[in-house]
Amino acid sequence: MELLQLQTVWPALSEALNLLIRPAVLGYLFLGVTMGLAVGVFPGLGGIAGLSLLIPFMFGMDPILGLALMIGMVAVVPTSDTFTSVLMGIPGSSASQATVLDGFPLAKKGEAARALSAAFASSMFGGVIGAFFLTFFIVIARPLVLKFGLPEMLMVTVLGLSMVAILAGRVPLKGLAAAGLGMMVGTIGEADAGGSLRMATYDIPYLTDGLKLVIVGLGIFALPEIVALLRQDRMISKTAELGAGWAQGLKDWYANLFLSVRCALIGVVIGVIPGLGGSVVDWIAYGHTVQTTKNKENFSKGEIRGVIGPESSNNAKEGGGLVPTLLFGIPGSGSMAIFIGAVALLGSGDIEVGPAMIKNNLNYTYAIVWLLALANVLGTVLCIVVSGPIARLTTIRFALLAPFLFMLISFAAFQSGQNLGDLVALFAIGLIGILLRRFDWSRPAFLIGFVLSNPAEAFTNQVHQVAQFKFRQGIDVGLAYIFSPIVIVLIVITVVSIVVGIRQAKHIMAEGDVQSKSKRAPMIFLLAVLAYLVVSFWNASLISNRLLGDKIFPLFVSAVAIVACLSCLVSMIRKPPTDILFADREVYGDDANARYSLWSTLAWFASLLILTSLIGFILALCIFLFLFMRFRVRLTQRMSALYTACGIVFMCFMAWLLHRDFPPGLLQEWFVLPWPLT
Amino acid sequence: MSQALPGNPTVIVKYMPGAGSTKGANWFHKQKNGDGTLVFGTSGSTHFPYLLGDPRVKYEIKDWIPVMATGTGGVAYINAKDGKKFDGSGNALKGSKHIFGSQGATRLDLIPLLAWKMLGMKVEPVFGIKSRGNGRLMFERGEATIDYQTTAAYLQASMPLVEEGKAVPMMTWGSLDDDGKVIRDPTFPKLPTFKEVCEKTDGCSTSGDAWNAWKSFFSAGFPVQKIVFLPAGTDQAIVDTYIKAFEKIRARPDFKKLSSKRLGEYPMLVGKQAASATVEATTVTPSAKAFVIKWLNADYGTKLK
Repeated sequence: MELLQLQTVWPALSEALNLLIRPAVLGYLFLGVTMGLAVGVFPGLGGIAGLSLLIPFMFGMDPILGLALMIGMVAVVPTSDTFTSVLMGIPGSSASQATVLDGFPLAKKGEAARALSAAFASSMFGGVIGAFFLTFFIVIARPLVLKFGLPEMLMVTVLGLSMVAILAGRVPLKGLAAAGLGMMVGTIGEADAGGSLRMATYDIPYLTDGLKLVIVGLGIFALPEIVALLRQDRMISKTAELGAGWAQGLKDWYANLFLSVRCALIGVVIGVIPGLGGSVVDWIAYGHTVQTTKNKENFSKGEIRGVIGPESSNNAKEGGGLVPTLLFGIPGSGSMAIFIGAVALLGSGDIEVGPAMIKNNLNYTYAIVWLLALANVLGTVLCIVVSGPIARLTTIRFALLAPFLFMLISFAAFQSGQNLGDLVALFAIGLIGILLRRFDWSRPAFLIGFVLSNPAEAFTNQVHQVAQFKFRQGIDVGLAYIFSPIVIVLIVITVVSIVVGIRQAKHIMAEGDVQSKSKRAPMIFLLAVLAYLVVSFWNASLISNRLLGDKIFPLFVSAVAIVACLSCLVSMIRKPPTDILFADREVYGDDANARYSLWSTLAWFASLLILTSLIGFILALCIFLFLFMRFRVRLTQRMSALYTACGIVFMCFMAWLLHRDFPPGLLQEWFVLPWPLT
Repeated sequence: MSQALPGNPTVIVKYMPGAGSTKGANWFHKQKNGDGTLVFGTSGSTHFPYLLGDPRVKYEIKDWIPVMATGTGGVAYINAKDGKKFDGSGNALKGSKHIFGSQGATRLDLIPLLAWKMLGMKVEPVFGIKSRGNGRLMFERGEATIDYQTTAAYLQASMPLVEEGKAVPMMTWGSLDDDGKVIRDPTFPKLPTFKEVCEKTDGCSTSGDAWNAWKSFFSAGFPVQKIVFLPAGTDQAIVDTYIKAFEKIRARPDFKKLSSKRLGEYPMLVGKQAASATVEATTVTPSAKAFVIKWLNADYGTKLK
């Protein structure tokens, strides 16, 4: 069997090489990479938008050229989305959320170029490691991947959740409550198992589908940071001179080579598991990075390892994700689903993604794997070249950038559901994000809870059902199913990670150093969270017992979070107002001394959203940008008009290029307007 | 389409996932500018919520203008162990217990679930599977013991399992002839249809409420599964242009090869034929609907309010 495989592998390898070394292939790859970089810089768009753009050209195209174009595009999205994560604190995609944690603080310290080049070097290395690993792994992957059943996936999810322990912040109870709140927000909408509604109604169709990760990511991380910086009215970088440059970043990466290797392997392995998707990868890599770093004090304050870890894993994940896609025909992500569809259009439709791929198209399989590696190298070189100048953005007065960031995140949020509800959700989640940040509740814990809420619930229900079935066949069958060797290993890793996490969590201030002074505001926030949890508990308890699968998870999670909140409340009553429990950013520090108040700054953003709902996005932007530049930034009328025009032209150009729509308002209900005003 | 339409316009594919395909349909229903620059592609999963009166449905398919319709089929298969017992009837499998990875009882999975129930098999669906592909993976891992796939996916990914001896095909859902009778699926002429298996199974009847309901939903779900619509109120000249374009596509010398790879050996209907097929796909008898709603509630606690 093994020998037979070797015999087919070598000819396929050389055939793949022959396919690749043609100038046209490299040309198309380059084209794909540049398009991918452009799309990736836009937060929230990701590979789906880019690939849909390419689909019309795929029909009948020379397969290898089409693959080069598509792989080039998909491969580099997680590379270039690092720009917004590091420079503006906006997670470009779900793959770069953990990068924000240390990348953005580095930018604030004036070390944006260093963070970027370390991130890019890690991305490239991760991508190449991923491809290298796949070259050997792909022929033997099928039986191994089939070992990953529902209990194994549930355990990987639990391992992801265990990262909450290390990111919980100084008060573990608050971290636990934040994660619980995130999970409860993740249960909003129609339940997977029986279709019951949780904290939603059919009268608001938007809620029945649940909240999208893009929106929660932007609301929890991006909006609070933008608002906080805007209030202080300064630059992102605290120093006008950009300190350590891109060469330092490369050195940093090289000094942490082994961390990079380990995280790349984490990325490939988790990417390989079908059904999990990539959203846990960066958190597990981040958690691993923290656990294996001796001096943990600098995490969340600008620790370069915190950038290298997740970035090494997220490009490697793309390689791993090819395994379920190519070998099983099961897309690991939205962009992979489109990729499968597009491959069917190539040439005369001979490439069949699925179990037959290895048998019939091993040469194309290898071509795809290596195109991925090449694309990573190309993309990184391009990114490093431009990272120096782009890092200068952090030395611009932030008020000049902020309105454009508001524009970008609104646009990105709208792309996730193409519904005005997206903007409302962004604002609501943003408000939660701002308050979590203010009162030092771990936002990473909230986000991890949200991301893993759905897989945790679905896998728990499914494992429970299948296990019951197996136990009816015999206790040994059931036990063998639940406690497979892989599960046991994962349990051990999870326990270790929780123990290590809890011991070290107090060193890692997920939200930085926050002072405490008075009891009132932090307590009101706690009571509000508690109230929401109690209402969702009550709401879930109303679901009929026949659909137990729909209610058991929200009941359990909200109960745990309620207990955490209550014990917090008890200690709040007992402890003095200077205790870390009462951390509040409005008491002392940058936020307290800010020039502008929180609410007036937030009102600017709210005005953009309200205007959009009335007159549509582009018209609203015209008014918003001009007024902001004129009255908040206090530019002259002419300069304000100029900035506005630049913003609008840029927005329209990008949307036109990617065939995207803008949010329409009431005006558009009554009048048919030409694009882009539609 | 790009090659067949006059002026060879670029066709942009726009994905609008969400709410079990009802979101895209609701959006399309609101589009009134029938200038020929927008078409909408549906599949069985767009038709079923409409037929069952799903509360999220805000669209009326009868308002839209169908220009092309094509069908597909489905094949049910079981694991090797139980497959040995299968003799072309459900008798030996009566009362046998199975696990099935399902996307939800109100989706296309309704067809296999009802069929297995009529054969007297005890199939327990594990809901919340993200795609039929993931259901097949559960089967491959031995977590699920029974599965079904639509034709294209069966040919591509399940057939290898049959060849390796890991799966045994039970039956197809069949096709409909011109008189609306269930006949063998042209892609799988050697496999019996559910109707044949049912006829050989004690206690399974091809008349009566259950059968009528199954056939009604099957007709809506498979023989006319994928339809291309233009928005309501589109100018007749534009409609005719599209009909001509699809006729041109159908006349391509390589059409058969292309379509049989992706959908199986099923006819593509254009224009008037597509319109009457659409009526078939979007109508179920009130008694069939009532039967299914009652059964969904009794067996799975599903409420469609």
